[in-house]
Amino acid sequence: MSTAPALSARRSARGPRAYRRNALWVAAMVHRVSGLGLAVFLPFHFLVLALSLRGEAALDGFLRWTDAPAVKLAEGGLVFLLVVHLLGGLRVLLVENLDWRANQTRAALAAGGVAALVAVAFLVRLL
Amino acid sequence: MNVRLYLWQRGTAALMAPLVLIHVAVMFYATRQGLSAADILGRTRGSVAWGLFYAAFVAAAAIHAGIGIRTILAEWTPLGARGAALAASAFALLLAGLGARAVIAVVMP
Repeated sequence: MSTAPALSARRSARGPRAYRRNALWVAAMVHRVSGLGLAVFLPFHFLVLALSLRGEAALDGFLRWTDAPAVKLAEGGLVFLLVVHLLGGLRVLLVENLDWRANQTRAALAAGGVAALVAVAFLVRLL
Repeated sequence: MNVRLYLWQRGTAALMAPLVLIHVAVMFYATRQGLSAADILGRTRGSVAWGLFYAAFVAAAAIHAGIGIRTILAEWTPLGARGAALAASAFALLLAGLGARAVIAVVMP
């Protein structure tokens, strides 16, 4: 049968990494990178909270540092990572466990859009 | 990722979905007048409910992140499957340890 060579010829005609233009591939990558970012952030988050072992003032001292605009911007970015990872993960759980295949691209785009809106709302609240 | 790790990954994800929603809601609530240690600790210190909430959150996050990091290390670095598993286990233990310490710090009266 010539199906496989025909398929690979069609793929190479679109470029060797044409899959990277697929919205669901991008969604998978966003899910992975956001998870990685959250994993890197978590130890620092825990270290900051543990400052309260040295008293309320120690934690307050750090919290004053978070008043800087650049830190607030970074916090907005973290909210985006958290929400986009949550919504992207929910989509994966639903696809794997329910008979849901339609509108995946739309769902992935909506996840990114909602995460961006929540992050902007959080930033507006902070500033 | 083998079936056992896959089930732990998805199980902790399902457990954390509502926890993350609550966490985001608390973040919005906590920042209504700027963050302060007195505000945060006033809510958590001596609270069994918040203690259980954050303990479950930390345990699930350590397992979930550990498995995710294992996959990324195996696929994106030259560590190999065994090296990735070892490094990811160490990272999961670090998260669990630091997380438990943070929960104790904010919950113990």
